[in-house]
Amino acid sequence: MAASCVRTVGSFIGKCGHCSLGINTITSQVSRQVLNRQICVSSALHGKNIASMGPEKFTAEFIQKQVEEYNIGKRHLANMMGEDPENFTQEDIDRSIAYLFPSSLFVKEARPVMKHPDIIFPKQKAAQWGEDGRPFHFLFYTGKQAYYSLMHDLYGKILKLEKYQDRLKVKGLFSSEGKKASLGLSRWLTKEELEQLLVQPTSQQDYNHFIQLIERLLSMPYSGTEEEFILRYRYQLEAESRKQTVQPLQKDEKGVAFSSAEGRRKTSNSSVILRDCGSGRVTVNGQDYLHYFPFLQHREQLMFPLQFVDMLGRFDLQCTVSGGGPSSQAGALRLAISRALLSFLSEGDMENMRQAGLLTPDPRVRERKKPGQEGARRKFTWKRR
Amino acid sequence: IFVTSEKHLGQYYTVPSSHVRAVFPQGLRARYPQQIKTFNEACVMVRQPALEVISCLKKADYSKPALRFIFYGWEGSGKTLSLCHSVHYCYTQGWVVLHVPNAFRWVKSCRDLLPSSYNKSRFDQPFHATEWLRNFKIINESILSKIKIKQRYMWTKREFTEEGSLLGELVDQGISRVKSSSDVVGAVMKELRLQSGQPEAGFRLAVAVDGVNALWGKTNIKKENKSPVDPEELTLVYNLRKLMKNDWSGGAVITTLSQTRFFYISKSSYLPQELLGEKGFDSMDPFIPVSVPNYSEKEFESCYLYYMDRNWLQHPQSRTEEGKKELIFLSNRNPAAFEKLCTFL
Repeated sequence: MAASCVRTVGSFIGKCGHCSLGINTITSQVSRQVLNRQICVSSALHGKNIASMGPEKFTAEFIQKQVEEYNIGKRHLANMMGEDPENFTQEDIDRSIAYLFPSSLFVKEARPVMKHPDIIFPKQKAAQWGEDGRPFHFLFYTGKQAYYSLMHDLYGKILKLEKYQDRLKVKGLFSSEGKKASLGLSRWLTKEELEQLLVQPTSQQDYNHFIQLIERLLSMPYSGTEEEFILRYRYQLEAESRKQTVQPLQKDEKGVAFSSAEGRRKTSNSSVILRDCGSGRVTVNGQDYLHYFPFLQHREQLMFPLQFVDMLGRFDLQCTVSGGGPSSQAGALRLAISRALLSFLSEGDMENMRQAGLLTPDPRVRERKKPGQEGARRKFTWKRR
Repeated sequence: IFVTSEKHLGQYYTVPSSHVRAVFPQGLRARYPQQIKTFNEACVMVRQPALEVISCLKKADYSKPALRFIFYGWEGSGKTLSLCHSVHYCYTQGWVVLHVPNAFRWVKSCRDLLPSSYNKSRFDQPFHATEWLRNFKIINESILSKIKIKQRYMWTKREFTEEGSLLGELVDQGISRVKSSSDVVGAVMKELRLQSGQPEAGFRLAVAVDGVNALWGKTNIKKENKSPVDPEELTLVYNLRKLMKNDWSGGAVITTLSQTRFFYISKSSYLPQELLGEKGFDSMDPFIPVSVPNYSEKEFESCYLYYMDRNWLQHPQSRTEEGKKELIFLSNRNPAAFEKLCTFL
């Protein structure tokens, strides 16, 4: 539905790129576009019932045109940003769009986006049979042609590997430690992702069967030759801890190692200096933290990062915090302490902390009050008359 | 008779049950008597501030004006208990103990406020006065029968107490005649003050007041025309202030400062100057300030072991090393905070 009513940014930039600056020319071009591309007109004008139409169907030429427009738009965008049109990658595109169309919407999918049409438009089934009624694919009459062709290919690969192994055994060069496919940090595609790839609904049994077969292929020696094929069906997991920047340790005048970090939560900002002294004293805004946080819960929040890595009595904390209320200040301090601790920890500990949720800033903020309602969610009292 | 010296620093000693009623009168903060009931014994830790005061008392010269001590420290650091420790010492030495467990109670809104019969501008508080007299009687029972009054007191046209009668009779008079009890309190204080300095008296006077900054602060009580009452206009407070001055000899005055948030005292002020106010400081000057800090490491250890010994720490993790570190961090070695933590462990 979105594609019919909303013009993607790529096409928009394409239009801008054609003409230099005249506003009138843009509008005339835009109106011409409306006449040319009938699919883009909203179905309300046709007077059709939207719900009964089913999922959108895009023709192949339409998608091809979108791809051309995307490429042209990419070059225009590169020109606008003053960069090299030849080597303009998707990351550069994302960066430039975020710069040209800044948006503070919370939902990232609602922000303006410019991506390759294959990613934006869902994959559709191409025409299954030609003009004479004969289907293109030889497995069309199985009903699940994509799935069965995939299984057929897999089995073909397994047979090929076995033949290869036989040939090596004949030559005497066989070893069971053959080159196995290296996968890195990845997992098998889920059933939903497989369905999306094959553009065809798959049942759970079929999916299990597929996983069994591909695991068998993986376990055979010399599967390294089919590595590229296997990697197509695996989803890469990035270790997110690599995104965390670790502050280096700094040395004080007296030779005491210390590190500092900042943290935020709701409306409070805090900064913490962690010193490796050996006493467990904590000062918040110049006061003893027993007096600043009379509630046990807030002191427990402060204690959590240190307790997690078993370094309770080792550090001296000097904290400053401002804004917000006591709970949000405690949360901000906790984030700052965990960030400051990173420079004293090893990689494995950092990964543990990240998984414990100590390093993620809490994104919850106060929701705004909407007009027509009493609060953010609460509606006015409903009266029957 | 017990002897605590510096060898016992950090260890617990038990107050014999016969002394408990005397040393911890009614009106103390509720937590410690609860602990006494739970553990079936009253254990007090020997700490540095109390030991200082006791050693000063041992060496003092009682012909000179009375020594004045003030315990000060953060909230919950153990001032009241140090006071009780010193009071116990005085009690075992046979002194007369004048213990005011919470001076703030006298100054908060009380149920009955009568205009004083003695002096028209002042106000009486019969309820508090009778309560205090009862406590006084229980604490000093053995000594009351030995002291004689030197002056004649007239309560009404027909009731009076003759010269030479026992102090115990005076106290009984105050308990039975509720209306004049505040004046009785004043009389008792005056008698004790005058007599303790004399060489033939044979007793020494210990005045222990918890929350001495109440005497010079503001009250919550209002007159009928809604104007606030000054502490000076209360008989009990007026008489107690007379005791606070060091124009009498043969005894000691041991007090603590209290930080009850009742009268807009901020938590961060704990020094004598801030809490006493100008007037209080001038009248108490010169005094010996004794600071009561949080637990040191050794003291914390001993408190922790005491709770373990009494099976007070139920949670299995609190008995491990990490649990102990957590407790140290969370309570920051403050005695009251540590005790509150352990209540639900």
